Amino acid sequence: MGRTDWGRLLKWPFTTVTALACLWLVFRIYASGQPLWALAALGLFGLGFFVYLSNVAFAYRYLFPGLAGMLVFVAFPLLYTVQIGFTNYSSSNLLSYERATAYLLEQTTPGEGHGWGFALHPDGQRLRLVLAPGQADDDEQPETRAERSLVTPPLALGGAQEIKLEPLAASGFKPGEPLPLGAVLKNRQALAALKLVLPDGAALSYAGVREFAPLVPTFTREAEGVLKQTATGVVFRANRDTGFYEDGAGERLQPGFKVGIGLGNYLRMVEDPEFRGPFIRIFVWTVVFAALTVLFTLAVGTTLAVVLNWEALRFRTVYRTLLFLPYAVPGFISILVFKGLFNQNFGEINLILNTLFGIKPAWFADPFLAKVMILLVNTWLGYPYIMVLCTGLIKAIPADLYEASAIAGAKPLTNFWKITAPLIVKPLTPLLIASFAFNFNNFVLIALLTNGRPDFLNTKVPAGTTDILVSYTYRIAFQDSGQNFGLAAAISTIIFFLVAMLSMANLKLAKVNDERK
Amino acid sequence: MAIVTGKSQRWRLLGAHLFLIALICVTVFPLLAIVSISLRPGNFATGSLIPETISFEHWKLALGIPYEAADGSLVQPPFPVLRWLWNSVKIAGISAFLIVAISTTAAYAFARLKFRFKTQILNSMLLLQMFPAVLALVAIYAIFEAIGSYVPWLGIETHAGLIVAYLGGCAMHVWTIRGYFDTIPVEIEECAKVDGATHWQAFRYVLLPMAVPILMVVFVLAFIGAVIEYPVASILLRQEHNLTLAVGSKYFLYEQRYLWGDFAAAAVLSGLPITLVFLFAQKWIVSGLTAGGVKG
Repeated sequence: MGRTDWGRLLKWPFTTVTALACLWLVFRIYASGQPLWALAALGLFGLGFFVYLSNVAFAYRYLFPGLAGMLVFVAFPLLYTVQIGFTNYSSSNLLSYERATAYLLEQTTPGEGHGWGFALHPDGQRLRLVLAPGQADDDEQPETRAERSLVTPPLALGGAQEIKLEPLAASGFKPGEPLPLGAVLKNRQALAALKLVLPDGAALSYAGVREFAPLVPTFTREAEGVLKQTATGVVFRANRDTGFYEDGAGERLQPGFKVGIGLGNYLRMVEDPEFRGPFIRIFVWTVVFAALTVLFTLAVGTTLAVVLNWEALRFRTVYRTLLFLPYAVPGFISILVFKGLFNQNFGEINLILNTLFGIKPAWFADPFLAKVMILLVNTWLGYPYIMVLCTGLIKAIPADLYEASAIAGAKPLTNFWKITAPLIVKPLTPLLIASFAFNFNNFVLIALLTNGRPDFLNTKVPAGTTDILVSYTYRIAFQDSGQNFGLAAAISTIIFFLVAMLSMANLKLAKVNDERK
Repeated sequence: MAIVTGKSQRWRLLGAHLFLIALICVTVFPLLAIVSISLRPGNFATGSLIPETISFEHWKLALGIPYEAADGSLVQPPFPVLRWLWNSVKIAGISAFLIVAISTTAAYAFARLKFRFKTQILNSMLLLQMFPAVLALVAIYAIFEAIGSYVPWLGIETHAGLIVAYLGGCAMHVWTIRGYFDTIPVEIEECAKVDGATHWQAFRYVLLPMAVPILMVVFVLAFIGAVIEYPVASILLRQEHNLTLAVGSKYFLYEQRYLWGDFAAAAVLSGLPITLVFLFAQKWIVSGLTAGGVKG
């Protein structure tokens, strides 16, 4: 009973602490200008507390962690992907409108007008900057210059720093001989990172080896969505269709912001010929790849299952274990092993082919051979799964069927086509569809073996002849230049629908099977 | 089987043996080749399947020990393989443990408790699981970037974040465990409840001990699944010391830097334990695959 008492005693303090932590997090998300996310987090946490504190939702206590995980990391990403597909989210349009505007307004440039001459003075181990208005070689008496001079506290150079200046006279610092120009040049980068704040609040930044100049905001806000470039007076307006601030001539400011572009990404797949060409070829190859993989693994797998089911054959367990090996070796290792073995110049496979036939095929450079290689490797990887499934299904076929056929004098091939095949094809179909869907999205194989290469020439978006849709999407989103998340998400959405259709067909077939049993 | 044996039987048997042996040669060749390559000196050298000179240079590098080359220079390990292995084992171990914990409790609710939307939740879980995570990578990346800006230890480039991402994919395991719970008679727990046990006690002290075999299977499946997972790990982890084996192994075989021998040693070092676990658990895994796959 002691444990229960402790549980009761700790329940409320524990709940309070957790609740406070959650509320603090929600508040931080809200304070950073993301009210919708804050609301979503509040909803999730609130649901959690309701589930664990209320007696109404008793059964959900067991389900909450798993379901919350699936909601946040499986279901939500699906919906979010679809949503991103309708935006121009990319490396050039990474920020929201508010944050992009704020970023542009924060930009400063050293303005024209009166600069401050400066000199570097050693102060113990550290340095001080002494600034005086006007150039150092102005004809001004050193005494009056010293009166109006400002000085920084002792500082260590390096990294971006914001430093307050104080009048030299009040600081009690007696500047000696300044450091030579060489020392200034050497510290140029560190000096350029400094932002010096005058007593009146204006800021100075490094403007040359002798001068710090006042900072001017690069842009000023004229009206909502209108920015004026201070130096030139050019007006930039926020374009809600392209996601950039643009001037009359179409000049764009970086960074752009995220906007919804409706069906833009989808239209691009259909209308833009330079994009449509590779897209269609990749789509066709994806289907061919998945279909042929299923076909080849099915052929090898069933043959082996039938042969290994032949009771007159000895050493069947040994054979089966050895043939199961490709399934047991982790995929990322065996795929990379094949990548090395197929290497054109020092791969073992070309070594053997060269000795036997005197040929050295360019497995990675020739698009057709690369596809052949991918299919060979994937058949190697995939047949044990089909073999295991078929072995189970064949065991379930009643033996008297074969006895009857033997009396009729049937040959093994007749047995296979008339008895075995028709009986295993029904339960096997949903599994084959699942295997097709898996290979349709077999990203790891392509990414590790060829990475989509060899590439198409002259395409706008990098695309390879061996890319399947998912690896293509990955490349658009995470590799090469551009990082076009919106386009990648749109392609993902299309694949979602294809997978969903396959899954529906699969469930229907599985149901039909179940009813027959 | 009482099939009448014809004259051709012996020839067919011989043919079958030859066919199987040929196929096994093709199957086992890459695996033997990689062992042999790991023992050969040099990164480009090709040689016979049984190496003429055996050198442990690649193995030393894979284990993180620098070795002295023929010209007297000290060769440093190209990549922290042991660190990657440890990362993989840590991430996979913790996530498999947590997956077993949350799937077991969820499976208990589905198998034994009555509540609203039960079948709907079960079916939508199965549907959701059919969409591979590769497709939602952009969204997953964006989510973890957002989480990381508020809770830094759960963001991008953290192992905790990756573990949490793996926890989301527990639906198939819930189905597998639920299928097993369905085979255990309810009466046993009801007896415990008559004796005054609560739901939780009946689950913890009566049902759970009987389900240990299936929990082991799910643990092994989840562990292997996390070790070999590539896409999500590749976008969440980028820094060299942070990678898992699946992501890191790729760096051995770049066009410009082709460390074939070093890769071979690292591959055998890391692949062998997983392969042995898989072969050892083969029987249960196959039954687990078929149980969770189609029927529930």
